[in-house]
Amino acid sequence: MAKQPYATPLLDELEKGPWPSFVTGLKRLAKDKDYVVDVLGHLEHSYKTRKGYWKGGTVGVIGYGGGVIPRFTEIKNEKGEATFKDAAEFHTIRIMPPAGMHYDTNTLRQFCDIWEKFGSGLIAMHGQTGDIMMQGCTSENVQPAWDELNKMGFDMGGAGPSVRTVMSCVGAARCEQSCFDEAKVNFNVTNRFLDDIHRPALPYKFKFKISGCANDCMNAIQRSDMAIIGTWRDNMRSDETMARAWFAKHGVNELVNDVINLCPSRAIQLKDAGSVSKDAHITAVKVSDTQALEIDNKSCVRCMHCINVMTGALAAGKDKGTAILIGGKSHLKIGALMGTLVVPFMKLDTDEDHEKLVDLAQTVIDFFAENALEHERTGEMIERIGLANFLEGIGLEVDANMVSSPRSNPYVNTGDWDEEVARMNAKKAAA
Amino acid sequence: MTQAQARKPVEGFLDNKKFLHPKFVANYGNWKCHDRPRPGVLHHVSHSGDEVWTVRAGTQRQMDHYTIRKLCDIADKFAEGFVRFTIRSNIEFSVSAEAKVAPLIAELEKNGFPVGGTGPSVSMVSHTQGWLHCDIPGTDASGVVKSMMDSLYDEFKNEQMPNRVRLSTSCCEINCGGQADIAVIIQHTKPPKINHEQVANVCERPTVVARCPVAAIRPALVNGRPSLEVDEKKCICCGACYPPCPPMQINDPEHSKLAIWVGGKNSNARSKPTFHKLVIAGLPNNAPRWPEVNAIVKNILMTYKGDARPWERMADWIDRIGWPRFFEKTGLPFTKYMIDDWRGGRANLNASAHIRF
Repeated sequence: MAKQPYATPLLDELEKGPWPSFVTGLKRLAKDKDYVVDVLGHLEHSYKTRKGYWKGGTVGVIGYGGGVIPRFTEIKNEKGEATFKDAAEFHTIRIMPPAGMHYDTNTLRQFCDIWEKFGSGLIAMHGQTGDIMMQGCTSENVQPAWDELNKMGFDMGGAGPSVRTVMSCVGAARCEQSCFDEAKVNFNVTNRFLDDIHRPALPYKFKFKISGCANDCMNAIQRSDMAIIGTWRDNMRSDETMARAWFAKHGVNELVNDVINLCPSRAIQLKDAGSVSKDAHITAVKVSDTQALEIDNKSCVRCMHCINVMTGALAAGKDKGTAILIGGKSHLKIGALMGTLVVPFMKLDTDEDHEKLVDLAQTVIDFFAENALEHERTGEMIERIGLANFLEGIGLEVDANMVSSPRSNPYVNTGDWDEEVARMNAKKAAA
Repeated sequence: MTQAQARKPVEGFLDNKKFLHPKFVANYGNWKCHDRPRPGVLHHVSHSGDEVWTVRAGTQRQMDHYTIRKLCDIADKFAEGFVRFTIRSNIEFSVSAEAKVAPLIAELEKNGFPVGGTGPSVSMVSHTQGWLHCDIPGTDASGVVKSMMDSLYDEFKNEQMPNRVRLSTSCCEINCGGQADIAVIIQHTKPPKINHEQVANVCERPTVVARCPVAAIRPALVNGRPSLEVDEKKCICCGACYPPCPPMQINDPEHSKLAIWVGGKNSNARSKPTFHKLVIAGLPNNAPRWPEVNAIVKNILMTYKGDARPWERMADWIDRIGWPRFFEKTGLPFTKYMIDDWRGGRANLNASAHIRF
């Protein structure tokens, strides 16, 4: 039995209502732990005064430079003593989850055992960077808790100016839209950059996020410095039985309004079944005896919409791989940036393909490490030096897929035009 | 612990195969399609003919170990011992027989875990930590989210929205919660209050000066001590100086307000990905249940629900009806603060005679 709990009238309000309550969870923990009794008191004080009271510091484990998020209380009496003395320290350990956040219950129970013993017993599944957040631990218990977690085979996530924990979607394990082995990319990238994850020495954070298709469930384009997004080059596949079944259920209005009209590049047309184009780049599928969908794969931008609506009836092609965008980030300092497409397509079938991807990542990170200013994200660096210079720096050739449109202002010196065209032509001829 | 006794860590990332449901291993990369037999349930079919049913349930994200053990008990007894978490902290249980779905759902709901969050529903809010653990929070995202999900409970459990709805909440303008159809984010309204006694001891001043997006901070001598001063006319109250220099207190119980942003979309489906846009600011940081924020989120959602066409995300819907109609339909005021004057902001102005009447 723990000590007497504090009155928490404000937090109690968050026990009301049907959604699962983290406050109820904290109270369960507080029955056995003085530590959590004081965490609740600390949090209630925040609710009362509408301010936070944790400050950072330096707490780590042997051999690593990051991964523990230290927190020390700032609620103190006039003598400088912690008001909630059992919760004077509330550090978090970031642990990298299995790719796609898949677990067996045995693993989760072991996490519970370790964190019940050494920490608060509170675990966030998951933090916004993608880590398992083992929340709330004293300085003294960080190392022993970490030792136990590491003995399970788990490793620490990134924090500070480092490569961060890599995130990948549910992926090939349970999704028909998967265009490559997301977990394998996650595995390879993480293991290549372990040193940069564990010993922060970059100008600022660097995030990888991996989505198996353009639905981008990992928010990679918005949230990662290097977004790896599945796509395909050949024609979309179709299944006539499923297309007919879809049409029988949904009818022509939904086919027109929800599928054809919402295609962003107007690549889909409804045709008489007998008059569909026989062109090599056309996907045609009958939805009834008289009508068929005709999809122009040269105009299709692989956005996923029609496949999402008619899953199974329509599917990604077979020549799958990935696109890569670089430079996504949130607001600070120059405003939120989306990633920019720098590789329209690369195969990810063989080990060599995978190696090539990780090598490219290495080149990008090396360039970032050498050229970014302190606290400057990759996207901000590209904004400062220009995409063309960045591409030259990482050894990628320009491609018209990289722009929404060519430049609309004349402020550029094109004096080397002939040499540049000759160089591009020579490169094309050599390929 | 001395260096001699120290345990050397084993660095390396695990292969995820041993954490996968056996059906996932057997059909890895070979799935054909899926459908949703009911809200909260996904039914995947493999090219091999294998089928798997996945039940999705909401959690409180930061879970006490009792909650996790309870979920494990359910997974062992009613599912097949494997679970998965989504990016929005929902838990998923997969089973290889349809007959196991109903008892699993019943057990989850009996234990207070709502089943839903699939297809055109409102999924759980992706959010940051807040007062429980963060060192710079202006609010408690966890509390905002709890109150928001209570009010959107039925929308989580049903698939009655035009398309999926993704929400986020962030306790400062760094926006860790991320881009979303509707995002609730702290918006400070007063420049930082500087504790000049501490600046010299705590802050690396050139670093702090460099962090400011509008160059409003400069070194200064205050009461004979090296400190920093803020040009309050230039300051945009973003709080970027606060993390590297805690004596520049930006959080204020009254003046740290909440703002709501709409139309963020991560998917490339239909339109390209979009960032969310400011639609209202100045909402009070009204712990413990933030009723003003909740009322507006619900109003926006219900307007969208009533007016958007099937498959239109929030951004697609507004793109069709136009921003003037959005403000009209939601009753939210359009103010000068929505006119972008940051770099590249002209791209957000209407450079055409396209006007909706």
